[in-house]
Amino acid sequence: MSAPDRIDVVSGRSAIAGIGETVYGKNLGRSELDLACEAIVAACADAGFPVQEVDGIVSYHIEQVSEEAIVHALGLENCSFMARTTSGGGGAASVVGLAAVAVASGQAESVIAFRARNRSKGASYGGDPNQGGRPWEKAGRAVSGGNQWHHPFGVASPTHEMALIARRHMALFGTTAEQFGTQSVAQRFHASHNPRAIMRTPITLDDWHNARMIADPIRLVDCSLENDGATAILVTTPERARDLPQPPVTVLAQAMGAGPIHVALADYFRTSSSFDERDFAGRHIARQLFARAGCTPADVDVAAIFDHFTMAVPLSLEQYGFCGLGEGGPMIESGATRWPDGALPVNTHGGSNGEGFIHGANHVPEAVRQIRGTSTCQVAGAEVALVTGAISDPAGAVLLGRG
Amino acid sequence: MHPDLPRPAPGPVEAPFWEWCRRHELRLQRCSDCGTFRFHPRPRCHACTSAAADWTPVAGTGTVASYTVLYPPVLPAFADRVPYNAVVVQLDEGPFMVSNLLGVDNEDLEVGMRVAVTFVDVDDEYALPQFRPVGAEAA
Repeated sequence: MSAPDRIDVVSGRSAIAGIGETVYGKNLGRSELDLACEAIVAACADAGFPVQEVDGIVSYHIEQVSEEAIVHALGLENCSFMARTTSGGGGAASVVGLAAVAVASGQAESVIAFRARNRSKGASYGGDPNQGGRPWEKAGRAVSGGNQWHHPFGVASPTHEMALIARRHMALFGTTAEQFGTQSVAQRFHASHNPRAIMRTPITLDDWHNARMIADPIRLVDCSLENDGATAILVTTPERARDLPQPPVTVLAQAMGAGPIHVALADYFRTSSSFDERDFAGRHIARQLFARAGCTPADVDVAAIFDHFTMAVPLSLEQYGFCGLGEGGPMIESGATRWPDGALPVNTHGGSNGEGFIHGANHVPEAVRQIRGTSTCQVAGAEVALVTGAISDPAGAVLLGRG
Repeated sequence: MHPDLPRPAPGPVEAPFWEWCRRHELRLQRCSDCGTFRFHPRPRCHACTSAAADWTPVAGTGTVASYTVLYPPVLPAFADRVPYNAVVVQLDEGPFMVSNLLGVDNEDLEVGMRVAVTFVDVDDEYALPQFRPVGAEAA
C-alpha cells in the first residue's frame, strides 16, 4: 500500500505556531461564529501573529460557520486557501493535516484550522441538524439514506453504533466493559488537573459501575460531553514559526484514509467483522503516517485519541499499532494510558468525557502543549505526539513533534 | 403507533428491498456478474464495480454478530420501549444487517445466537424485517 516513489512535500514542512480555545461549557449562550472568532483571535494572539495575515481557513465538513462569515468578521482580506475535511469526527486531526498540505505546498502561508460547536441540549442557533442538541434526534419521521437501515429499529445515535462495535470486540477478544471504564477513569483523572475541563471531579471505577447505562456496554461516563465551545489552531511555515514567540511544533506527518472498507453508522460491518484492516481505516492511516514521519509507534510519547466514547481508545491503540489486535483492553487495564506512570498517556487534557467535546478539535491544542512542555499533565520530555480522528469513519491522523 | 415512528423513505436503488419486505420476503442485491451479495443496497458491486444486480431471495437465517441494549436517550418514538435490544445479524449469505431480536430477554442475548427473519407489519405499506432465535417457535 505504501508508495515510496512519491515525493512527500508535506511531512515536516509546516508548524503549529498558535492555539486558541474558548471556555468549554454548557449553554454558553453565544453563536458559533462568535465562539469561532474568539478561538481564532486567541490562536493568533498565542502565536504573536497578526490576525489579518491569516491567508487560509480549514474546517470540518459539517462546520456551520462559513468561510465567508469568518473572512467578513475578521477582515481576512488575503484569504487564498479554503478547504474542509471529510466525515465528521473522522476529520478531527485532518484539519491540521489539510492546513499542513496547504502551507507545505505553498498554497497559503498561515492557515487557521477551527471547529465551533453549540451542542448543549438547550443551545440552538439556526435550523441545521448540525446545530444545537443531537442531530440524530432531528432525523424526522421519513428516514432516507443510511438512516433507513437503522432508525426503524430504534438504532440512531453514535452511542448505539459504538455499543454494537464494542460488544463485537468483547465477544471476539474478551475485552471487558471495565477496560473502557478504566480509560474513562484515567481521563477524568487527567481532567481533574486541567482548569479548562468541564468535569474536574475525578471518578473511580466504582463510580463508573454505578453510572447510568446508555447503550450496553457504554455508560454515561464513557460518553463525550454535550457542550459548547470553539478551538482554533494556526499552522504556518517552519521559517515563520521560528520567528514567533512560541516554540514551533512541527507537523511531522499527516495521513488520511478510508481503509479498503470503512465502517459508518449505516454500515456496521459491511463484509467483515474481525476488526482487521478490512474493517477500519486506522491501520491504513497508521502505515502511511509513520512511514512519512520516519518513526514508529514506539517513538510516540503521548497520544490524543478521538474518544467520542472511551471504547474508541482501545480500538485506536490496536489500529495505530501500539498493541496487537485484541490487546487494547488489557493495555488500558495495565495503566499504560494513564498519566503520569503510563508508557503512553492518552488524552492528558481529560479527553471528550473530561475536558469537553469539540468534535476532537480540542485534542490538537493538548498535543501542542505536550510538545511545548506546558500540559497540566505533562509527559516528561515529550517529543512526539499523535492526534487521531474517529476510528469508525473515513479518518485521518497527524504526528506532531519538536520544531 | 407513535406519530414519529421512523419509516423508510427509500430512493430508487433502495426501494425494492422494502417492497420485498412488505411482501414478507427477504431479498438482497446480488451482483449479476460476480455473484457477490450486498447490503445495504448500493448502485454498484463493491467487489467488481458492476452495476448489474438481481434482487435475490436469501434464506433469512443468520448469526448474531453483536448486540446492545438501549436506554435513554433514544428516538422519541422508542422512548416507551426502553430498555430494548438491537442486534447486528450476519446473514448466512454474508452481509450484515441491523435489526431487533424478538422473543428474547435482554439478559439472554448472546453473540453467536442462530436467528431467522420474521416480518412485522407496521402498516399496510411497510413491514420491518426483525429476527427470532431459531427454534424459539418450538419453545
